[in-house]
Amino acid sequence: MNKSVCFYFQVHQPDRLRQFRFFDIGNDYHYLDDFANRTIVRRVAERCYLPANRLLRDLILRHNGAFKVAFSISGVAIEQFERYAPEVIDSFKALAATGCVEFLAETYSHSLASLASTTEFKKQVKLHTDLIKRLFGVKPTVFRNTELVYSDTIGETVSGMGFNVMLTEGAKHILGWKSPDFVYANAINPRLKLLLRNFTLSDDIAFRFSDKGWASWPLTADKFADWAVTTLESGDVLNLFMDYETFGEHQRSASGIFDFLNALPAAILSRNLDFCTPSEAAQKYQPVAPLHVPFPISWADEERDTSAWLGNELQEEAFNKLYALEADVYKTKDDNLIAVYRRLQESDHFYYMCTKFFSDGSVHSYFNPYDTPYEAFINYMNVLADFELRVKDKLKAKKTK
Amino acid sequence: MRVLMFGWEFPPHIAGGLGTACYGMTKGLAHAGVDVLFVMPSASGDEDQTSVRIINASDVAVYDSWHNVDEFLSKVQFLRVGSNLHPYIDPTDFTDLVEEERRTQSEEFKFWFRQKYKFSGKYGKNLMEEVSRYAMVAGAIAAEQEFDVIHAHDWLTYLAGIAAKRVSGKPLVIHVHATSFDRGSADNIDTRVFAIEKQGMEEADKVITVSDLTRNIVINKYGIDPAKVVTVHNAVDFSGREKIEVQRGVKEKVITFLGRITFQKGPEYFIEAAAKVLKVCPDTRFVMAGSGDMMNRCIRYVAKLGIADRFYFTGFLRGDDVQKMFALSDVYVMPSVSEPFGISPLEAMKTDVPTIISKQSGVAEVLKYAIKVDFWDVNALADAMYGLLNYPALSNLAAEKGREEVDNLKWDSAALKVKRVYESAVSGK
Repeated sequence: MNKSVCFYFQVHQPDRLRQFRFFDIGNDYHYLDDFANRTIVRRVAERCYLPANRLLRDLILRHNGAFKVAFSISGVAIEQFERYAPEVIDSFKALAATGCVEFLAETYSHSLASLASTTEFKKQVKLHTDLIKRLFGVKPTVFRNTELVYSDTIGETVSGMGFNVMLTEGAKHILGWKSPDFVYANAINPRLKLLLRNFTLSDDIAFRFSDKGWASWPLTADKFADWAVTTLESGDVLNLFMDYETFGEHQRSASGIFDFLNALPAAILSRNLDFCTPSEAAQKYQPVAPLHVPFPISWADEERDTSAWLGNELQEEAFNKLYALEADVYKTKDDNLIAVYRRLQESDHFYYMCTKFFSDGSVHSYFNPYDTPYEAFINYMNVLADFELRVKDKLKAKKTK
Repeated sequence: MRVLMFGWEFPPHIAGGLGTACYGMTKGLAHAGVDVLFVMPSASGDEDQTSVRIINASDVAVYDSWHNVDEFLSKVQFLRVGSNLHPYIDPTDFTDLVEEERRTQSEEFKFWFRQKYKFSGKYGKNLMEEVSRYAMVAGAIAAEQEFDVIHAHDWLTYLAGIAAKRVSGKPLVIHVHATSFDRGSADNIDTRVFAIEKQGMEEADKVITVSDLTRNIVINKYGIDPAKVVTVHNAVDFSGREKIEVQRGVKEKVITFLGRITFQKGPEYFIEAAAKVLKVCPDTRFVMAGSGDMMNRCIRYVAKLGIADRFYFTGFLRGDDVQKMFALSDVYVMPSVSEPFGISPLEAMKTDVPTIISKQSGVAEVLKYAIKVDFWDVNALADAMYGLLNYPALSNLAAEKGREEVDNLKWDSAALKVKRVYESAVSGK
């Protein structure tokens, strides 16, 4: 039996907030920086989504279905595509039509709800699953949480929601001597299978591809395929999970990333490896052991924990204040308010408040529209204060009716 | 009488209270029949050599509410001196600033005064050099000019005042708006600045302080003869200010701190009191307006106390936003650890905002209708906030009487006191 390579790409675009000053609180209900959002979505669509989708479709057809990939597209990203770049949705639909692309379930707004509120978490997953079913015609059976956040209890919740496969990070501090290249199982409910990201090989593409200081630069498809063979000598499935924006945005087209991707399937297939989607991998391979993850892990930063979003008092404060509003927001039964509430939950807002400048600072600043975490915090809290006023007003209006 | 005055800033380009004070004072002096020749450093250095009169006529017309501009101009003349002198700055920051300035400035600069002086050489690389250079220019001006008395504002201009005195032999009055002890804690003062301050006070014929609080510092910490130290409290000039309309978005009561967020201003006491008030009045909103080296620390502190959904930071406010902020406030708080005078409570009271000030501020000496607490007494501060929020009788009284009180603080009367100081300096009594 051939061993497998499993590709999953994350597609997400946050709703960036406009500068919302204290004077705007209670006076202005528009929170989004439409200009920045449109500009960035258009730019990334042109540099990455459209050309990469075209290439993937081409590869699938060229290899007669032997090349397969999986996507997880956040609901808020889809909303932005509908607004600013509808052709991106069409090109994903064209990919879906090949039958070689699996779409995963996640939280609708790329939120950290799994760490705060199980009810909100379930609502968002349901919303996202419905959206994917509506757009691509298939109901997702594999779950990937925001930023691959996972713990034993989150896994248990997810399996309770009917998913039997979940993706997460092959974090060193969890695995120890164990290899990420096998299928594992949830420690509480072993029916939930886990696919772990091989962060070394994933990051070779996602982070190091164009790094000329890297000993292995330039990375070619053959070189990478050889590494895959070596890695899978002791393993079943090599999970390459990364941001889709790797292709053309993080690694510019001029770095040769598209040529690499173009050559990679042939190189892999010629070495007697095959491609499979996450659900196929979980079917094909048996779990080798349960994985104990008492505290949440993620794919971010050196720590591989949740400290990029909830690592300092600013983030904790904003996060707690946000989820304290949950009950009131749903009491309003106002769809607009609830939609805004979901946007405010996007993990990116908390990421901007991160103060871990030194170790992973370069990655953080790339993604950050704010100059300092303090500015991010102030702006977010101003927006949240205005949002709370709107919720209270709505509730008051309902009572008087 | 004609006075040669050394300042460092003048409206509309101001960084703090001193410019506003100088403006009010020169207007008051003009009313009192004193001619003022105002010399100030100008950070933009390479201005063209258009005549002073023209520069100021256009400047004055914008911000001045004088009905007769000519009358004002006939009393006050301005001199701009190309210089890097910059208010509210310490020698370390200065170096960074100068590096940036240097790139934009020409090597040769000119300053205009009847004839053109050329000053060869580059700008000083550090603040101390620049202060000395300013003093040399001051000496040159003093040699050219006719005047009866010299008036120097704050330490950056003391050496200029001394130089002018030595050249002209006229009496020197120095005006202490702040001392080193207000800028840092007592064990962390810049000794070079202290030395200049002390020298200025010692060589001056008269020392004017903006409050008794500052007068005590001058006497006790600088060892100056009490007989020559006179307190003249600042006043405020709100003429020509229009009431601005603001749309109030937040329905709840707003308590405001407005000022530089530095140790001297006591921002942490405001935050601690806010946390206490929020426990009993959870719907109150707190605003900390301004920026400063303690801002980030304050943001973290607010987050740590878990009150960030009721406590907002606006950053540095410019222009109309300051007025807007006052108009949105229900209570204004100035919990300064050390404040030589403090003009912002007066602005708040002028806008009918009840005000709480620390007993450690000079302005506390002239206000009866502001609530006064010790800056460190967080409970008393919280108590005062609560009272003003919940007892309309108290807040109405504070607003109404406070406004009257502020209206009576006129620069004309302060200027008369300054004039009297000039007279006694000239007569040597």
